[in-house]
Amino acid sequence: MRNFRDALGVLADPKELTGSLDLKNAPTDWLIDCYRDMTTIRRTEETIADLYVAQETRTPVHLGIGQEAVAVGVSAHLNSGDRIYSGHRGHSHYLAMHAPLRGIIAEVLGRATGSSGGMGGSMHLYAPESGFHGSVPIVGATIPIAVGAGIACKMDGKGQVAVCYFGDGACEEGVLHESLNLARVMDLPVLFVCENNLYSSHLDIHLRQPSNSVARFAQAHEIDRRVVDGNDVMSVAEAASDLIASARAGNGPGFIEAVTFRWRGHVGPNADIDVGVRRSPDELAAWKNRDPVRRLVDALVNDRGIDKARFEKIDAEINAEIADAVDFARSSDYPESRVLMDYVYAGDAS
Amino acid sequence: MTGAPVTTTYGDAIRLGFEYAMERDDKCFAIGQGLWSPWYVGNSMRDLDKKFGKERVIDTPVSELATTGAAVGAALNGYHPIVVHPRMDFMILAADQIVNQAAKWRHMLGGKTSPTVTIRGIVNRGGEQGAQHSQALHSWYAHIPGLRVLMPATAADARDMLSAAAQSPDPVMYIDDRWCYELEEDLPPPADVDIRSIRPAIRRPGTDVTIAAASYSVSLALQAAELLAKDGIECEVVDMRQVNPLDTDLIVQSAARTGRFVAVDGGWSTCGLAGELMACVAENVAPSQLKAPLARVTLPDAPAPTSPNLEKIYYPTAETVRARVLKMFA
Repeated sequence: MRNFRDALGVLADPKELTGSLDLKNAPTDWLIDCYRDMTTIRRTEETIADLYVAQETRTPVHLGIGQEAVAVGVSAHLNSGDRIYSGHRGHSHYLAMHAPLRGIIAEVLGRATGSSGGMGGSMHLYAPESGFHGSVPIVGATIPIAVGAGIACKMDGKGQVAVCYFGDGACEEGVLHESLNLARVMDLPVLFVCENNLYSSHLDIHLRQPSNSVARFAQAHEIDRRVVDGNDVMSVAEAASDLIASARAGNGPGFIEAVTFRWRGHVGPNADIDVGVRRSPDELAAWKNRDPVRRLVDALVNDRGIDKARFEKIDAEINAEIADAVDFARSSDYPESRVLMDYVYAGDAS
Repeated sequence: MTGAPVTTTYGDAIRLGFEYAMERDDKCFAIGQGLWSPWYVGNSMRDLDKKFGKERVIDTPVSELATTGAAVGAALNGYHPIVVHPRMDFMILAADQIVNQAAKWRHMLGGKTSPTVTIRGIVNRGGEQGAQHSQALHSWYAHIPGLRVLMPATAADARDMLSAAAQSPDPVMYIDDRWCYELEEDLPPPADVDIRSIRPAIRRPGTDVTIAAASYSVSLALQAAELLAKDGIECEVVDMRQVNPLDTDLIVQSAARTGRFVAVDGGWSTCGLAGELMACVAENVAPSQLKAPLARVTLPDAPAPTSPNLEKIYYPTAETVRARVLKMFA
């Protein structure tokens, strides 16, 4: 495209930023927790992909494999009193808040024990006791809802924040701009997190916007913003720490643009290298070399002397938890017929 | 509050509904365009910002979608916001939040949450305002499972349905009509009304024909009934009050008794409220009980005009209703 501005530079060039992370003075225990959470997300999504291939579920699944560092880095500064909202690619945001693994697997398999009682599937997750207040697939729809959660947080006066995750495609929806403006003029405690994975469902950002950096929209609304390597959990966490602290202190909203890449297609278990104008096998392979998990592991091994056995033990624990969740979901019932009508309106007054 | 009834207009009654809802519930707040200068909405919100403060009566940027979404979001987090759209036409910009979000979160999240939001849409017709300032779109929203759609026809309902909406466990669209604002009624002090108890009501009993309507159309039906009484025809006028979910027991019983049924609606004909009411009567009243084919009086299926001569033929009047009823007796 003519006049396209590559504002992201190395952040959008997968040949760069592939090495071991700079761990600075981050506590090792916390870094190990990040490894555990990112691996839980990846293995869970791989399991969901397998369940889809095996036709145990037909609910549309939008996988964020390759993007795990964003949710884990942001969630490091959140707690269960905060209000987290997400979109169609929401598994990682749910899991990063430590919402129940059994709940997400059962929900994807349409069971009554799922996080939404089997009524939502992959695209409608809900675990408010963990701070995860809902995801929906209408692009951008939870952005103003998070702003309203920010109104509630501000009125409650307890220092809680609302967070909304969305993608670069949602930045092309008018509602983002209305929401950024409203959050700014009302000085609401809202963190907007854009996972810029450089693709909408199929179109490269070069074909949709005149610049590849979406943080310019936050600038237009006078919102404090950070543009970070979304495959570096340290960078994401650092940006989130600043902006969330500021929001909690009453200084209004913040915006994170985390540049990342999804390893699977827009929807479904495949890589979709035949979909989109520029998504090539070479590009995908290059981005896999900027693997957020491997870069963290390299740093933990090289700089902190963590040995392989420690990771293997964590992996085994995660695999056991996922196996338990799958067993639990498979042995759960589907929703009762009556709920089809019972959930439309609140029940009669008691 | 003492018990003496006070003569109150419909417009004032809306304001009293806001006052009652906000006084009894500190989680209730109002948000929308023009709320700090509410001349847009008649007297229905006058001085609420002075009484409750600008933190609870929030004027907003020109952003129907984000404002409605924010109200939905606050509702999902324990609040009872009332979002105000001074004209329904502009509320269409917020359709995603109303139809995809507010109406669906309870169901699609397994009954575990509910956006307890009230969306106030105002119908503001006539006055040469034309196609984009005059619409009555209640039939759209009545089509959506999960929304409650209230259409007050009287000052008492204007007040009490609003406070009921603010306390509703379900999302509510509350639709008031500027053509009703001067209706007067002696009102008792406000009291809590459970929205789930709102049922259709007979506003005038009669034996010869049933006229069903909602909102301003109830006034038209009552005026027509006065005229028709002079023609020797006794009309039973039923006010539907809530058009989603729709309770049709009363109109079915009434139509079975009178043998004639007319639906009067301020919306369009095709796929509209009037047609739905007729269908319910047709499904439930035996043809042998009917003395005339079912009938409806609606807007013509055209956008609202601006020229005064066209407005005159566009909007049904009491005389239009009378003429249609007389045809059933011809």
